[in-house]
Amino acid sequence: MSIMKKMLTGAAIAGLLLTTSIASANTLKFAFQGDAQSLDPHGLNETFTLGFLSNVYEGLTMLDKDIQLIPGLATSWENTSPTTIVFKLRQGVKFHNGNSFNADDVIFSWKRSLSEGSDQKVRGSMVKDIKKIDDHTVEVHTNGPQPLMASEWAWIYIMDKEWSEENGAANAANVKDANANGYSLNHANGTGPFSIATRQPDVKTVFKRYEGHWNKDIKTNITDVIFTPVKQAATRTAALISGELDMVYPIPVQDWKRLDSEDGVTALRGPEARTIFLGMDQFRDELLYSDVKGKNPFKDVKVRKAMAHAINLELIKKKVMRGAATPTGLMIAPQVNGFNADANTPYKYDPALSKKLLAEAGYPEGFEVTIDCPNNRYVNDEKICQAVASMMAKVGVKMKVLAQPKSKYFGKVLAQNNYDTSMYLLGWTPGSMDVHNVLAGLLSCQNKETKAGLFNLGNYCNARVDELQKLVGVETDAAKRQAYVNEAMKIVQDEVGYLPLHQQPLSWGVSDKFSINQRADNAFDFRYVVKN
Amino acid sequence: MFSFLVKRVMQSLIVLLAVALIAFSLFSFVGDPINNMVGQDTTLEEREALRERLGLNDPFHIQFYNFIKNAAVGDFGISYRHKVPVKDLIIERAPATIELSFISALLSIFIGIPMGVYTAIQRKGFISRSFMTISLVGISLPTFLIGILFIFLFGVILRWLPTFGRGEVVDLGFWTTGLLTWSGIKSLILPSITLALFQMTLIMRLVRTEMLEVLMTDYIKFARARGLKENAVNFGHALKNTLIPVITIIGLQLGLVIAFAIITETVFQWPGMGMLFIQAIEEVDVPVMAAYLMMISVIFVGINLLVDILYAYVDPRLTVDGGAKHG
Repeated sequence: MSIMKKMLTGAAIAGLLLTTSIASANTLKFAFQGDAQSLDPHGLNETFTLGFLSNVYEGLTMLDKDIQLIPGLATSWENTSPTTIVFKLRQGVKFHNGNSFNADDVIFSWKRSLSEGSDQKVRGSMVKDIKKIDDHTVEVHTNGPQPLMASEWAWIYIMDKEWSEENGAANAANVKDANANGYSLNHANGTGPFSIATRQPDVKTVFKRYEGHWNKDIKTNITDVIFTPVKQAATRTAALISGELDMVYPIPVQDWKRLDSEDGVTALRGPEARTIFLGMDQFRDELLYSDVKGKNPFKDVKVRKAMAHAINLELIKKKVMRGAATPTGLMIAPQVNGFNADANTPYKYDPALSKKLLAEAGYPEGFEVTIDCPNNRYVNDEKICQAVASMMAKVGVKMKVLAQPKSKYFGKVLAQNNYDTSMYLLGWTPGSMDVHNVLAGLLSCQNKETKAGLFNLGNYCNARVDELQKLVGVETDAAKRQAYVNEAMKIVQDEVGYLPLHQQPLSWGVSDKFSINQRADNAFDFRYVVKN
Repeated sequence: MFSFLVKRVMQSLIVLLAVALIAFSLFSFVGDPINNMVGQDTTLEEREALRERLGLNDPFHIQFYNFIKNAAVGDFGISYRHKVPVKDLIIERAPATIELSFISALLSIFIGIPMGVYTAIQRKGFISRSFMTISLVGISLPTFLIGILFIFLFGVILRWLPTFGRGEVVDLGFWTTGLLTWSGIKSLILPSITLALFQMTLIMRLVRTEMLEVLMTDYIKFARARGLKENAVNFGHALKNTLIPVITIIGLQLGLVIAFAIITETVFQWPGMGMLFIQAIEEVDVPVMAAYLMMISVIFVGINLLVDILYAYVDPRLTVDGGAKHG
């Protein structure tokens, strides 16, 4: 008995020692539903992976806590001609391995972003050439005027040339050729405020504060970060409540009540910059999934209007999203550059008008159509489709919901499968946080050569919008540019090119021991994490 | 005996090929891997180039042939998601699953058998009845639910045990183990019980039924008539004979424990092979899925083959031509 007691006391003391040492070290333990794809900064252009890496790597420019563009590794930049931008590079910046950051690293990183395994080729190819003026000045020549280059390049992370070459990571890791250049997948050497101590993919990643970071003004007092992916939402929530984790995301909206009723944890919610919308096939002469034969009802603007007025956005917000969505009339969120609050009027919910329009268009009895829907991509995506289907039933449109996991869904509806859909639900956050990305990707006519309208799955097409998109892309005068944007948005709204639904909520679970900044693009920046 | 062996091995190979074919043809229904490998801004041409590089544009039979050809020499290709050889991934994750399965198997054997014996001997007792009731729960409740309930009770309400993960692990070079640290052992408790529960109740019920049958036989009655002590009869005579079929079943169930581990691993975020497989399905990581399914079928087929050979060894009549020669 006494041995048992001694052991217990010993264990208790050891436990105490352990907790105190951790407490003084200010460790943050957090979880996401999946892991970053890899540590290669050019491997995947996806929010979570890039956000995760933003703590380790940095670009010439950066986004602050309100997703505003701020200087990063460049202190200033200036257009010397429409196709030339001169970047002044920050002096005295050191990579985690002690190497100095200079112009060669910028040129190297740009070339690397164009290598075969890179998923940043779109951003990399904005640039035609980079000339080194001196160690801390580069002259960037763009492919045509690229007013958005500086903001897009917040996501092109700068790597150390020497380190990459020494470790055989001069090209982005390539899935077909793993042995040749796998080093950058699990090792990192950035300039960011945290370095990677250890990493086991899908299991655990440990970050350590980098004392040599150039910016001594960042807010965080965290010294260590331990990241574990936790797939099951219930397990994630349980680990937060039990205190094993300090921050987890996403939290299912239906669990908010549960978190609110617990002491010591908060469900941090806010509007995400992601707009959820429905699209309609407007280019085929006959819909693929409908009982209407010989014609395509969605080609008729009256039918599209009828669809718009049949959807009760407030009801979706209240019932499906637990009050946490922001109904929208625009295809971009308020955080996105180019947003115009005056134009943001959702279509009015008016089933009677909807019925009348359908009758005028020649469908007094409605028609049948199938909507494609992911079921594990956006917040309550499948439920939204089901809610819309039941609203459509009220005006006579029989909507079948085909909800599938994201890999099946995207494999069906995207370009590589010839846009195999009649109607679909999609969500979009412009990576550049600028309206032009939406104009080019979603609102322009599909164009194989210019690569415009790649995600305009239903090919909504208006020549004037196309023209305005190009103008917005090169216009540097802010007021003129906004006028173009407003005109384009107005046309899309009047023609009901899309059916915007809402901006979905961000949903993070946070321990009260920490204050955290929730960024609207769902990226988690440790620079703003403070242990209270 | 030799020709029997050759025959059985050939049959096993055919089974493996069939599994590979079925599994491989199912992969086309899982979705397009490309979308999980690139971001939304990636152009069509780049996506197409990637498809070409991965050989996804080849006709089915070519893809299948390439897969079998490489798999035969133990090369399962490179994971689409992790971009490292699948073999390395599996070797890295195997210790977690094997430790979990092993502990669960031990638990189910060393708790299940005594429970079965006890309920067979004390059929009417209160404890026996409660064991039987608990075993019903174990058999009927899905693993997923049991796991969540355990997490809720022991992790969230009582806060005795960790809710997820493997705790601190010690790297021995060729093996990572959680058995050498206190947090590793604590982390193992809930998942191993969750995984063991079904097998435990199965073994308990099996032992009970077998034991009841044996206790009715003449030699037990005779043993009692000889005036042997109750314990000597129960454990010395009855239990021994009960265990023969039980051991066979336990052997066969071992494969199931590893396969069942998928669900337990997902609930507890246990970084084993099951978790790897689930993740692979979500990301349409075909090489990992294929390798995992092949591995599981090799385990099953291997255990069956072993059992067949053992039986043949014990009872030569089972080898058809061997039997013909002697009889």
